Amino acid sequence: MRAFRYARASDPGAAATLVAGTPDAAYLGGGTNLVDLMKLGVLRPGLLVDVSGLPYDVVEHRPDGSVLIGGAVRNARLALDEGIRRRYPAVARAVLAGASGQIRSQATVAGNLLQRTRCPYFQNISTPCNKREPGSGCSAIPGAHRDLAVIGTSDSCVASHPSDLAVALAAHDAVVQVRRPDGIERLVPIHDLHRLPGDTPWIETVLEPGDLITGVQLPAPPDGALATYRKVRDRWSYAFAVVSVAAVLRRDAGGRLDEVRLALGGVAPKPWRLWATERLLTGTDPGDDEVRAATRAAFADARPLPDNAFKIDLAAGLVAAVLRVPDGAGR
Amino acid sequence: MTDQLRGELVLRVNGADRVVSLDNRVTLLDALREHLGLTGTKKGCDHGQCGACTVLLDGQRANSCLLLAVAVDGREVTTVEGLADGDDLHPLQRAFIAHDGFQCGYCTPGQICSALGMLAEAKEGLPSWAGGDLDGIAPADLDDDEIRERMSGNLCRCGAYAGIVAAVREVAGG
Repeated sequence: MRAFRYARASDPGAAATLVAGTPDAAYLGGGTNLVDLMKLGVLRPGLLVDVSGLPYDVVEHRPDGSVLIGGAVRNARLALDEGIRRRYPAVARAVLAGASGQIRSQATVAGNLLQRTRCPYFQNISTPCNKREPGSGCSAIPGAHRDLAVIGTSDSCVASHPSDLAVALAAHDAVVQVRRPDGIERLVPIHDLHRLPGDTPWIETVLEPGDLITGVQLPAPPDGALATYRKVRDRWSYAFAVVSVAAVLRRDAGGRLDEVRLALGGVAPKPWRLWATERLLTGTDPGDDEVRAATRAAFADARPLPDNAFKIDLAAGLVAAVLRVPDGAGR
Repeated sequence: MTDQLRGELVLRVNGADRVVSLDNRVTLLDALREHLGLTGTKKGCDHGQCGACTVLLDGQRANSCLLLAVAVDGREVTTVEGLADGDDLHPLQRAFIAHDGFQCGYCTPGQICSALGMLAEAKEGLPSWAGGDLDGIAPADLDDDEIRERMSGNLCRCGAYAGIVAAVREVAGG
């Protein structure tokens, strides 16, 4: 591991100035991904600014029905929050579906959004990877890509975003609250936080140097809607999603869907909203076949590879399952 | 401190303060084992995947291999060495012996610290992915599926899981 300097931030302004003014600086939250990547030599920051002690560690339920989740809130603390469990069950379930008890206790909400892909080539410094080493090539496209993305990818990179929580936040139209180094707050819809790889897969978000995620705003959920999170993985626990889905659904008196929000994990470089599927299903009371077809329609621009093309059918089946039992236990 | 690649810090482990001077790269795991002589906490994968290094940080479970020692300066660390009262073993330690919850024993300190943190989480009301609802469940009502799910961050290469689950369930019910 490269030697680095460490500073514990006591106020966000000083932290941001330090990070913005130091080219190889990084914020440190729970460290569950960053420290691991530093050990692997994938990330080599020269300065860590520890922001885990800043006062962004509260889940605030606001009078207008919205919620502000502090960026430094630990994942387990979020899933423990009664208001989150009751009003945003997809968010609580997504947290509980991710990682292990140890990691959920330490990992922060902001860090969860900014965690890096688990593409095996990104994590292995002996192999080419455009995301880690621009221009070196993508080892995954001709290699082991079974767990990687099928849509939103490019010829440069097929990495998938590993977060469960971000998928549920996308289904709830969350807004990410960012503090710029000049102190001005910038609100970024979660759909716009992550960038697709294109020719620059090493640029993963719209954040600028020194930008700090201070919180995530959740709008009030639609009245009477059900929300859940389901996850398909290779083993029962402590595994990343092959495909996951977060759904916010409501039916009118006639059984027709009048609110449909669907986001997928495991299929794209970012949490992937199924906008086309939502448009097709709104106002209908669809059967299984229609749901599957509507889900496949959202993959019209997919770029599946030989070993991960199955994810599209898997996603279609998973969305159909969620629409059958939207308030189910999630597994 | 920001100009330094190392620094002096206070590690508060099992109720005792220890002042150490460490390179910023040293993890809490290596600090415990190599600098404080507390070798009960084990290094398995060193990447947060196996749980052998689990300790409690301010009462919460943590993989000590993923924590920088410099970042836990002044916080409360509990390791397996801090659980017994002299020769009087902690109930979890006794239960692991009674139920054959190990073979080689390498994962055991992490299993026991993890179980301790897990039972505290359950008591606080934290639900798990194994539950049908999100209401949480009292420690005494944790069934095998709940225990397995909540303990999935701890691997046992000897496969002593049946004994581990039985030991944790006994203490949870106690």
